[in-house]
Amino acid sequence: MKKTLLSSFVAFGLAVLPLSAQAGTVTVKGSDTMVILAQRWAEAFMKKNPSMKIQVTGGGSGTGLAALQNGTTDIAMSSREIKEAEEEKLRARYNTPPTGVAVAKDGVTFYVNESNKVDALTVEQLKEIYLGDTASWKAVGGADAPIVLYSRENSSGTYVFVKDTVLGGDDFASAAQTLPGTAAVVNAVAKEKNGIGYGGAAYAKGIKELKVKKGAEAFAPSAENVKSGKYPLSRDLFFYLRNKPAGDVKAFIDFALSAEGQAIVTQVGYFPVK
Amino acid sequence: MQEQDLAPPVAQPTLSPEARRRQLKEKAIAALITAVAFTGIAALVLILVFVAKEALTLVTDATAREEASFSKMFLPQLVRKGKPLAYVWQPVSGVPKVSMIPLFVGTLKTTAVSMLVAVPLGIFAALFAAEFAPRRLREVLKPIIELLAGIPSVVLGFFALMVMASFLQEVFGFTSRLNAVVAGLGLALAIVPVIFTVTEDALTAVPRSYREASLALGATPWETAWKVVLPAAAPGILAACVLGFGRAIGETMIVLMASGNAAIVSPRLGDSVRSLSATIAAEMGEVVVGSPHYALLFFIGVELFLFTFVLNMLAGVWTKKVIQRLKGGAG
Repeated sequence: MKKTLLSSFVAFGLAVLPLSAQAGTVTVKGSDTMVILAQRWAEAFMKKNPSMKIQVTGGGSGTGLAALQNGTTDIAMSSREIKEAEEEKLRARYNTPPTGVAVAKDGVTFYVNESNKVDALTVEQLKEIYLGDTASWKAVGGADAPIVLYSRENSSGTYVFVKDTVLGGDDFASAAQTLPGTAAVVNAVAKEKNGIGYGGAAYAKGIKELKVKKGAEAFAPSAENVKSGKYPLSRDLFFYLRNKPAGDVKAFIDFALSAEGQAIVTQVGYFPVK
Repeated sequence: MQEQDLAPPVAQPTLSPEARRRQLKEKAIAALITAVAFTGIAALVLILVFVAKEALTLVTDATAREEASFSKMFLPQLVRKGKPLAYVWQPVSGVPKVSMIPLFVGTLKTTAVSMLVAVPLGIFAALFAAEFAPRRLREVLKPIIELLAGIPSVVLGFFALMVMASFLQEVFGFTSRLNAVVAGLGLALAIVPVIFTVTEDALTAVPRSYREASLALGATPWETAWKVVLPAAAPGILAACVLGFGRAIGETMIVLMASGNAAIVSPRLGDSVRSLSATIAAEMGEVVVGSPHYALLFFIGVELFLFTFVLNMLAGVWTKKVIQRLKGGAG
């Protein structure tokens, strides 16, 4: 007991020390979507390598990539690809091209109520529904009932993803009800038989995950379809580095990509890249 | 110095050392209370200054002036090509749309529903407790309702979201499960205890002689309660309503959870609404600090502050008038 207390004090001291860039410490910063995932990786990794310290903090993808440019983090987590301007800055500052490693995949899923006849929609249909142009389920092969839209708050990354990939940058219909968190959306759709909502892969009763049609084929947001890229609404989650991975950083990334690391990805609710 | 020399010595009452000490103590306590009171006022003023300062970006910053001008906030705007002009709140967008109108409408709808339910309920419950309930019942009733005031609003919001919403949808057949009625009823649960407690206090404070006089003149207990006690307690009841209104307009958690948060301008109470306070709570989390959107959220805060301030002032004026009338009637 005393020993754990002491060691936690030491750990705290190390975390608080500014510029704790001693050997064995890797700092990871960025996307809030990835914080829990990276923390799980860090815990498992540190259990295996007790001499290592992995510090994970959130702040958003942009914050992480900015920290990478300033040299205040070893790894930047990002739920989007690096922008050209950011890459230019990194290259100019460190004379090496930055490396991006896709460490997990995230599929955005649309849900409808279990009782809904509709199983699959095209991205174009989803767009029209969420723009408010399609107002009845009848238009997409369902019952003659109004579509009740559920969306996420505009501070959510998933909101931005859907806005960009599905709506092509246009605004959601103002009738879309915005709810805090995926769980709230799932619950709302489970209780509203004409509802439609979106979020990460969710395992809940009362809802049906919509397949997304591409041509004649429809793809479910399953692990395989997301992994292979057949499911159209998936995105990569990245680790970005200033240069090629080496040393402790490489060890950590290798762990994240290992079978054990990818199993953690599934546990957290995202999809493995391998 | 000279003046002091010239002034004739004033005969001071001689105080015993003990009395002097007591006088000093009194003064010290008075100073302390004054200091505490002014600290409270100063804190309030500083909060307003801070919030207003952040909102000031809307005027000082060129991009903010462009993106969130007052005409864009209060006049209908073009939303999409080929669509009529509309009031839309979409601050996170390629072209941000920052109309305050849907937020006003939403706030007013939820507040109106909650007041329509809570004011009669709270006042009649208080009238019953103060005038008609047997003593035993009253002693149980009062603490229970006051305990209700202590329920965290997130619990009420959760209840409204999970239970009331489905029930009301089945009864009234609302298109959207979460709407102004659900949120308003959730809010009413939060403000009934507030209105009840203050009204009950006001009713019990009405002098016993009023009731005795009324009963002696042959009025029934109901007539006494309705025509004598209630009007006599009017200023207190008004204060209770204002307190309830202030809570309803600023209450965030219940509205955030139960209103659906869709910024729609419509006259129907069955539609989803987005309130001012819920907008701040939902969007403050990830907004870019110093951006026009950030300033807008602070501007909403200023608006809420002004609403309650103006309302309190109007209520104060009205209370004064009522008191005046009561006094005039008595004289």
